[in-house]
Amino acid sequence: MTGAKADECAVITSRIRLARNLRGHSFPGWAKKKEREETLAILRPAVEELSAMKDAFSRELADLTSVQKQVLVERHLISREHAARGDGSGAVIERRQSFSIMLNEEDHLRIQAIRPGLKLKEAYESLSALDSELEEKLEYAFDPTLGYLTTCPTNLGTGLRASAMLHLPGLVLSDQIGQVLQAVNKIGLAVRGLYGEGTESLGNLYQISNQSTLGESEETIIGRLERVITQVAMHEKNAREKLMEDDPDMVADKIGRAYGVLRNAYIIDSKEALNHLSLLRLGGNLEFFPQETVQMCDSLLMDIQQAHLQLHAGAKLSPEKRDTIRAEIMRSRLQSLESPDNRSRTKDQTDRYSEDDNQENA
Amino acid sequence: MKCDYCDSKATVFLTQLAEGQMKKVCLCDSCAKERGVTDPTGFSLADMLLTNFGNSGAKIKAPRTERLTGGAKVCPECGFTLEDLKKVRRFGCGNCYNVFTEELAAMLRGMHKGQSHVGKVPEGLMESHYRYQRMEELRGKLEEAISSENYEAAAELRDEIRKLDEEEVAK
Ligand SMILES: [Zn+2]
Ligand SMILES: [Zn+2]
Repeated sequence: MTGAKADECAVITSRIRLARNLRGHSFPGWAKKKEREETLAILRPAVEELSAMKDAFSRELADLTSVQKQVLVERHLISREHAARGDGSGAVIERRQSFSIMLNEEDHLRIQAIRPGLKLKEAYESLSALDSELEEKLEYAFDPTLGYLTTCPTNLGTGLRASAMLHLPGLVLSDQIGQVLQAVNKIGLAVRGLYGEGTESLGNLYQISNQSTLGESEETIIGRLERVITQVAMHEKNAREKLMEDDPDMVADKIGRAYGVLRNAYIIDSKEALNHLSLLRLGGNLEFFPQETVQMCDSLLMDIQQAHLQLHAGAKLSPEKRDTIRAEIMRSRLQSLESPDNRSRTKDQTDRYSEDDNQENA
Repeated sequence: MKCDYCDSKATVFLTQLAEGQMKKVCLCDSCAKERGVTDPTGFSLADMLLTNFGNSGAKIKAPRTERLTGGAKVCPECGFTLEDLKKVRRFGCGNCYNVFTEELAAMLRGMHKGQSHVGKVPEGLMESHYRYQRMEELRGKLEEAISSENYEAAAELRDEIRKLDEEEVAK
């Protein structure tokens, strides 16, 4: 297994966000409603005209229902703060959802690219091209020393926030997660559980992102982040290998139980669902299940969230009802997934990783 | 260990390395919550270290007409005051960055890896950006030349600066 393959197992998505503002206009948080509407009238056509935004979903937030806004939040297409905004704010989202632009969020423009896997460089390059296209039409607030001027000085300079969502069950099961995350934090990168607190994250999902935006180029920031994420992914891979070596029954038991619950539950809350899905995904990576199980888990992670369920049902749901619909979706999607026991597991376990790789890890 | 913000027992510990200095923050459960450390969408350590409130979506509420600005600094373009800045630790418009320079310098201390921008420059501003950088460089050299009493070099540098200035005006 190469480094790139370790990334594939551990990194779910990569995200790049750039903050930009218009010269000569108050920032959205300080602008009065009328000024915000004026800037929106400048921003929106410029964004909609972008070649990448042909046929994009473009709305003022005031025109969206709370469930619609919540779905966008759950898909990481708009921020929770942005969803709370009304008049004078908007969102433009590309068809395939690989780009999204928030209008009058904390800054006039928050442009974002999301890609599956570890693709920070690629995501930045395509987003930067889109940014350059925008800049032909809009005059950005820029200062030679401070770079792109932003509402909050924590975003000054490049206005860049690069982040990746990681799935780290191996490090959690082997109790190494605290250590690894602390080390990442020490080099100035922010780490947090995607759901939940501190080192205990639901679904073993973590996000790593840069904090400093001023004084280093986009390439330097992204390069460091990619290196660190690749290292974390290698640690994760090693942890999984070690678990399979030391205690294969424990791993099989956890994965088998997760499979049993998700296949047969009629009522399941999001916490339980996330934790079992995480193990199912691990099972996909460890060849307990076919490879496409991993992708299925990733889309289920998205689809079992509150607002997604309500959108799916076409109605506002009580928490009890949500739990039954969540279980229903799980059962139906996993229907054709064979039990790990029934799959022919003739392969020798060491065969899962190539010979070279074992040496590399030794 | 006690919370940095109140006397309760700290349960959340954060470290950050900025400009070679390690900063450690200890928080109790409720202060961590209040500061958004547990908010899965909005948390950034830098934000938390530098603001007195955790919610990054906070709005500035005081109506402009009611605030006293007598003597205090205020941005002529957007009406943002020093008092607003102290309250929200954010700015009102791009021009505010020219107005609240000392406050900004204090805020930037330890916040980022550097103090000046390296990286992408808007295409339209590229030329003037490089001219600005060149100008800064020449001014630095000029000062050096003068202090080391190298008047010949100083005269040359002065000419070069004048030329650059004229180019700017001609544009
Ligand atoms: Zn406290
Ligand atoms: Zn201002």
